[in-house]
Amino acid sequence: MKRSLIAAVFAAVSLIAGGAAAQQQFPSRPITLIVPFAAGGPTDTVGRVIAEAMSRDLGQQVVVENVGGAGGTTGAARVANAPKDGYTILLWHIGMATSDTLYRRLPYQTLNSFAHIGLVTEVPMTIIGRPRLPASDLNGLIDYVKRNAATVTMANAGVGSASHLCGMLFMSQIQQAVTTVPYPGTGPAMTDILGDQVDFMCDQTTTTTPQIQTGSVKAYLVTSPNRLEQIPNVKTAKEQGMNFELGIWHGVWAPAGTPQPVVDRLVRALQFALGERPVAQRFAALATSPSKKEEATPAALEAKVRSEIARWKPLIQAAGVYAD
Amino acid sequence: MSDLLANLGLGLSVALSLQNVVFCFLGVLLGTLIGVLPGVGPVATIAMLLPITATFDSPATAMIMLAGIYYGAQYGGSTTAILMNMPGEPSSSVTAIDGYKLARKGRAGPALATAAIGSFFAGTIATIVIAVAAPPLARYALKFGPPEYFSLMVMGLICAVALAHGSVIKALGMVILGLLFGLVGADIFAGVDRFTFGIRELTDGLNFAAVAVGIFGIAEILRNLENERARDAMVTKITGLMPTKDDLKRIAAPILRGTALGSLLGVLPGGGSILAAFAAYTVEKRVSKTPEEFGQGAIQGVAGPESANNAGAQTSFIPMLTLGVPTNPVLAVMMGAMILQGIIPGPQVITRNADLFWGVIASMWIGNAMLVILNLPLIGLWVRLLTIPYYVLFPAIIAFAAIGSYSIASNEYDLYALALFGGLGYILVRLGCEPAPFLLGFVLGPQMEEHLRRALIISRGDWSVFLTRPLSATLLGIAAVVLLIVFVPQIARKRATVFQED
Repeated sequence: MKRSLIAAVFAAVSLIAGGAAAQQQFPSRPITLIVPFAAGGPTDTVGRVIAEAMSRDLGQQVVVENVGGAGGTTGAARVANAPKDGYTILLWHIGMATSDTLYRRLPYQTLNSFAHIGLVTEVPMTIIGRPRLPASDLNGLIDYVKRNAATVTMANAGVGSASHLCGMLFMSQIQQAVTTVPYPGTGPAMTDILGDQVDFMCDQTTTTTPQIQTGSVKAYLVTSPNRLEQIPNVKTAKEQGMNFELGIWHGVWAPAGTPQPVVDRLVRALQFALGERPVAQRFAALATSPSKKEEATPAALEAKVRSEIARWKPLIQAAGVYAD
Repeated sequence: MSDLLANLGLGLSVALSLQNVVFCFLGVLLGTLIGVLPGVGPVATIAMLLPITATFDSPATAMIMLAGIYYGAQYGGSTTAILMNMPGEPSSSVTAIDGYKLARKGRAGPALATAAIGSFFAGTIATIVIAVAAPPLARYALKFGPPEYFSLMVMGLICAVALAHGSVIKALGMVILGLLFGLVGADIFAGVDRFTFGIRELTDGLNFAAVAVGIFGIAEILRNLENERARDAMVTKITGLMPTKDDLKRIAAPILRGTALGSLLGVLPGGGSILAAFAAYTVEKRVSKTPEEFGQGAIQGVAGPESANNAGAQTSFIPMLTLGVPTNPVLAVMMGAMILQGIIPGPQVITRNADLFWGVIASMWIGNAMLVILNLPLIGLWVRLLTIPYYVLFPAIIAFAAIGSYSIASNEYDLYALALFGGLGYILVRLGCEPAPFLLGFVLGPQMEEHLRRALIISRGDWSVFLTRPLSATLLGIAAVVLLIVFVPQIARKRATVFQED
């Protein structure tokens, strides 16, 4: 009884003192990292890998919470409206920039509702084809697509997904529209590629690497500037005479108005996490690598979001595809 | 053959290490518990445990525990379906039909024991099926393109109409109502919202657990509240905890048939194991000499679907382990767990991580044995739950249902759905409409639409694909036969006489 009374007094005192102490002692309680997609997907995996490493630097648990829905915008809205104290942060990807055009009504302002923390990683993409597709390299694929324009099919994981964006870019590059077949996620799309039901797809190495390694699918190009050591036989676009670079960059955000010292602390924790060996190893298993220290900064992330909004706006508007 | 024995030997040596046995037990125990709590599903649990499993030194241990949670939850889910008419998982909604009737007759014990025995037998066979036939089965699953899936779903929905008793028109109406509710949310092809009334939280559709728990469980509670005198007599008397010799004779064949159906359909992505449970129920009702018992507490109606859903839960690992494609959300989360362990799921797992692959498979058999040992003695305890006074039990059930539904996506609209569908479920019960066809329509409807439209996109709008592809044509043929049986006058008359007494 006595002990619980003392505890209650302590709790009350620390509540009162908490306001003042929060800024020096951030973080004094667990932090929630919102991943705006379902658990188990590629973005979730990236989130969990860095959450674990950031926890070690911050001395407090960084707990991943999956708030899926509306292409990631539901989770982002949750963070935009969260208290501006740094205890609720967001891990999202390129969708932060593309949703600005894809959604005509967003419950937040892409550039004004968030405090940028930094870039996390940039996952390369690959174009893969069904096992019996009669094309052996990129030019063969382009040729095949143009000759069979009426029947060829390209899979994607729905409006706004990485595979959808990459597909749009590919069609605009080769100046040829293709029938797209949307799926509710990359998993089912991959099943239909493996089963020769659809012709080709462009997706993150996270999902395609194992299939490419075992030769279960045909691989035409990787969108990174250099070949990847996990799939050394897959040529880059440049090697095959095409200008096609694209990465699914991921970043961390806090709500706009978060105090500068808290932002700085989060930036340091992110940079610590990205420098950890286990993080690099887990990312390597996904055929990607942690962003460099100078990219894991608010300035670099903000520049990225701005330039990517500008890059995708005309493409999305030309395609006339909106998510709402 | 010697290869197979060597592989199973390797698997057993991994699965029987002390550490793995302990974590397998923890997994099935935890799975049973969350399965028993209505609404708390394996997806949320496994997602919450991901950070812990990531710290395990062996990926096999992590996967063995998570797999244990998955099939343990399937098992626990049938416990609440039988005792309280609360299916936490789509597949146990079939078990609720006859299992709950049995419980009301005081035969909850035999129903639970049947579920345990059926699940264990199915689990044993499915383990062997995975060991022998995983790669060829995975290739067979790949033969299913969009047209085949569409035809499969049509067959499933026709079965749902066939399995309902009473009016065919009401059953059809329920399927269609379910289909309509399934349409809520963003259309994945055009990204356009449907029936969301501008509410962002509804863009991903209604949550299955909230709908199912509402329409079955909450509705059942409401129904129980209407008559004060009948309330305490929720379960009249409890007659025996174990199945009688006669029961055992009656469940043997359904368990065998359910296992076969479940093993085959479980491999298919999407609604494999739920379709298997519904199909098993339909088959049992069709082959039974006393189909009028179904829906009134037929023990075969528990044995068949329970075996099918457990077999299906296990063979659903085949596409993930051999192709690297998850067939349902639980497996997607488990793939995430593998990635966190540094193992990339895909076709190479079977060779590169042979100890993991065979260890997980062998652990499934061990886990199933544990489930039986764990649950048979617990039956007495579960059954006594039914004697808890309603004024304690009902609020507790509603609280757990609410917590469970909310925990899935932290979306308050899931709570509104729980309440709304509880009310709707009550109205439907009063109108003599059955919730099972509604739920199947709700689950399969969106998938059916998706596959239909995808098939037509790929075929350039040519409807003949459904008939020119042999697999698809066969499935539609079966659906036509089932439909014919339902509408053949003679049988229709028999149906009518059977259910006039209601």
